[in-house]
Amino acid sequence: MKNFKKIATILGVCTLTAAGVMGCGGSSEEAADSGADTGSAEGTSDSADASGEDLSGTVSMAGSTSMEKLANAAAEAFMAKYPGVSVTAEFTGSSAGVEAVLSKSVDIGNSSRNLSDSEKEEGAVENIVAIDGIAVVTNPATTTEDLSKEQLSQIYTGEITDWEEVDGDAAPIVVIGREAGSGTRDAFEEILEITDKCKYASELDSTGAVMAKVASTPGAIGYVSLDVLDDSVKALMLDGVEPTEESIKSGDYFLSRPFVMATNGEISAQSEAVQTFFEYLSSDEGKQVVKDAGLITVD
Amino acid sequence: MREKGLSIIGTKAAKSAVETTAKYIFTVCSICAVLAVASITIYMIYSGAPAIFKVGPLDILFGTAWEPTSAEPSYGILYIILTSIIGTAMAILIGVPVGVLTAVFLAEVAPPKLAAVVKPAVELLAGIPSVIYGLLGLLILNPIMYKLELWIFKDSDTHQFTGGANLLSAIIVLAIMILPTVINISESSLKAVHGSLKSASLALGASKIQTIFKVLLPAAKSGVITAIVLGVGRAIGEAMAITLVCGSAVNFPLPFNAVRFLTTAIVSEMGYAADLHRQVLFTIGLVLFVFIMIINLCLSKLLKKGVSNDE
Repeated sequence: MKNFKKIATILGVCTLTAAGVMGCGGSSEEAADSGADTGSAEGTSDSADASGEDLSGTVSMAGSTSMEKLANAAAEAFMAKYPGVSVTAEFTGSSAGVEAVLSKSVDIGNSSRNLSDSEKEEGAVENIVAIDGIAVVTNPATTTEDLSKEQLSQIYTGEITDWEEVDGDAAPIVVIGREAGSGTRDAFEEILEITDKCKYASELDSTGAVMAKVASTPGAIGYVSLDVLDDSVKALMLDGVEPTEESIKSGDYFLSRPFVMATNGEISAQSEAVQTFFEYLSSDEGKQVVKDAGLITVD
Repeated sequence: MREKGLSIIGTKAAKSAVETTAKYIFTVCSICAVLAVASITIYMIYSGAPAIFKVGPLDILFGTAWEPTSAEPSYGILYIILTSIIGTAMAILIGVPVGVLTAVFLAEVAPPKLAAVVKPAVELLAGIPSVIYGLLGLLILNPIMYKLELWIFKDSDTHQFTGGANLLSAIIVLAIMILPTVINISESSLKAVHGSLKSASLALGASKIQTIFKVLLPAAKSGVITAIVLGVGRAIGEAMAITLVCGSAVNFPLPFNAVRFLTTAIVSEMGYAADLHRQVLFTIGLVLFVFIMIINLCLSKLLKKGVSNDE
């Protein structure tokens, strides 16, 4: 009962304070509004608080479907911190995203590949915000340690069907992958250049399911995001390189791709809201968002 | 005693008001159910039909290539439809004999003490969530299937090994899942057969087994058929259990191929599907919906027939 009384008191005080603040805030907001009307300069508000709640504007994104998770997570987190900014994201494909940013119909073009030279010539600037790394995993009983890019492609297209052919003990290879539409599958097939040529024995609909299936099936091979690796499966080396954050950042591990948020011109030439968005992504908070989306941060 | 004093709400007008109000409440409640069915039907047609015309009905229903995300996507679901039909049919072939014979056992053969153990066990079987069936299939059935697969196809060059996630696993899981439905309904219809039939048969010198198969089962026919149809409905609509054990790759439904059912096709790709791909998933839902509707129509016809037989 004592607790209840305390809580009730605190709540009451909070309500009163909030009401008071809102009452005061109302007038100052009006003042700010009128100021904005006449001056119409964004961000000139005399905001003393560093949280930047006065920042307003829009950030529009379009592009890669693979970046949907990252873009939505970043947009959500950013809008939570800066309620005045509205971040919108459409997912139309990498090339369409870059095209849109070049035609200035959006602020940011999401691309899950490096920008081409011609795109850069037209003024698109490549801002890598995260790296998507994919690990190839096998059942722990598999003796094969290392696969070349070509061997991996051949396993997934059904040309190699036995571990014997890739320096392992004789056992059929059970090829496990993700369902059509999955970003990991897109990336995997795109990097290996075997899009729509894969012959899967099992198409599972989540990373966890792939891990469980590979862990429990002798001879199984699968691919998962780097961040979910654990001891239940064995991560293979590719072209002799271990899948680690370091090897991916250095570019030695080939099964990775950059997540690019392209802008038309340098970031410093963008609107304040967009600049703040990029600042946010490179802050510790933003990096946590990237990590939570299962991606590797860039320094 | 003083009836008038007690019947404050008992006047004719008040009574009829209560009656009318109750009538309206009942009507509203029943309208809710009808509305739900109607809106689901309309929604399924509304969201599933456009893709049929965009892709072409023949390309969808009779196409064999399911490549929804390739540069030139194709949305053929023939293998998926066949898988659902064959998978369900096989599950019925396995599950119904076992189920009906269990029902016979429970209703006629079993000593009461044994029946008292088996009956709750069957009812418990019905209550187990389908995902549990799937998990057990994944952990127990799939490894066994993989051993079988390795043994059968050890000399095959063309077979793609599935690690045990195949049509056969799904069929076995489905067969077990329809058991409670089949057993319970068959048993109650067997018990509903009038005792005079049994007595007459036995009195004529028929053995117990003869009585069961020549008299009791034919007499309970409509109930058993109802059980089968309900079993089909349960099997064809099941998603969670089989999505874990069927491998979920689109292939022709052979016992040791990884396959995809109508239900698992929706479950496995809804997460990331966009645009036409998503619409086609709704079309798959519509196809499934039509199947279920057909089964329900059969059921209601059978039930009507059963009623007229009884009369």
